[in-house]
Amino acid sequence: MDTKITISKLNFYYGKNQALYDINLEIPEREVMAFIGPSGCGKSTFLRTLNRMNDTIPIARMEGKVLIDGKDIYAPKTDVVALRRKVGMVFQKSNPFPKSIFENVAYGIRINRMHQNKSDLEARVETALKDSALWDEVKDRLNTSAFGLSGGQQQRLCIARALAVQPEVILMDEPASALDPIATQKIEELIVTLKKNYTIAIVTHNMQQAARVSDQTAFFMLGKLIEVNPTQVMFTSPEDKLTEDYITGRFG
Amino acid sequence: MEHRIIDQNLDILRDKLLLLGGTTETAVHKAMRSLTERDSDLARMVIEEDKLINKMELEIDRLSIEILALQQPAAHDLRFVISVAKITPVLERIADHAANIAEAAIILNDEPESNQVSDLSLMAQIAGEMLQAALDAFTSEDSDASRNIIKRDKEIDKNYNRVFGKLMGIMSENPQTTTTAAYLLFVAKHLERIGDYVKDICELNVYLTEAAFIKHSKKKK
Repeated sequence: MDTKITISKLNFYYGKNQALYDINLEIPEREVMAFIGPSGCGKSTFLRTLNRMNDTIPIARMEGKVLIDGKDIYAPKTDVVALRRKVGMVFQKSNPFPKSIFENVAYGIRINRMHQNKSDLEARVETALKDSALWDEVKDRLNTSAFGLSGGQQQRLCIARALAVQPEVILMDEPASALDPIATQKIEELIVTLKKNYTIAIVTHNMQQAARVSDQTAFFMLGKLIEVNPTQVMFTSPEDKLTEDYITGRFG
Repeated sequence: MEHRIIDQNLDILRDKLLLLGGTTETAVHKAMRSLTERDSDLARMVIEEDKLINKMELEIDRLSIEILALQQPAAHDLRFVISVAKITPVLERIADHAANIAEAAIILNDEPESNQVSDLSLMAQIAGEMLQAALDAFTSEDSDASRNIIKRDKEIDKNYNRVFGKLMGIMSENPQTTTTAAYLLFVAKHLERIGDYVKDICELNVYLTEAAFIKHSKKKK
């Protein structure tokens, strides 16, 4: 398995507070890596360093390197917009634009001028909606408001929106935490399907979810990366006592 | 360390397994006594008490499934539930062998006394010690102890082969003792099987403690 993202000696600060300490990690291509850990352990902050989402926080400061396909994404010449197209993100709370279902997915394609003509745009939207397992549910009402969709559908719409601009990496921050078990199951099935074509990193508090969808699991605590191992190892015989205590619910 | 909801259930599961283990040990011991002391009433008691052991097995099965379904154990907790669930039927089989020995005792006690019984007592003693030590090792999660117990199974096998040869000889020399010798052979075989089952328990303790599968591997280190 090739490495898609290499993180080395990453330190991260919010003002004087250090949030991440000397993180070294390799994220394999076309696999799912789950980040787990107690609230405030830095896992979401870490996820956001992978497409420079923390850039918008004025007091934030980062040291170290994040290489995607061998290229330093924090190099001065980096086109951040292109980076975020390549590394898409899905958040905990679905955040569709106040537009139609079609326009939500078409938006990124339009602003990136990825389509050749109207029918190409339509085809791209259809593909994204199919890949996010939403097409069958919305194909007859593409021009109705995205807010008319259920929570689970809205979340899959956000995934479709991310897929529409043809990313290579998808970051997911608690993508199913606000969803019921059936909608959650659909998202999880989708994650497993998507890894054929994308590298996925997912932050989740739901340990069973990490166990179900991920190939590798990374455990963070107090800003430190404690253990990374194949998920099957993490949940049956973790190497570190802290991991064991966390996944068996002794703290956190 | 915080108290977790699962802890209470794991404690109950451990207690139930140890109770089953203790009852099984007693069954083996009583079955052998029913033979050495020619006490058929005791033998019948062992057969009767096997029903209780079967009931205990079902209870542990139910609780293990419940913990897996409702508490979703991971890591050491998961390995603990899995090892208990796998040790339980092993103990139940050992108890079945004890009942079978008791059945043989009832028949043997009606035959003339054989002086081969003392050889079997030795095998039973080794098997009993191994079983007790295996359960102790499980309780203290001592995988080194388990590995040492596994090695002792060879002693039982050696004794079994010796007893087997002796009894075969007796049968061909004195055809009128065939019934006795045949039943003593059964008893020897049951004891030999108990040794194998104790080995399984030890292997499961190594899994619990080290997350290592040593069953079917040549290297037991």
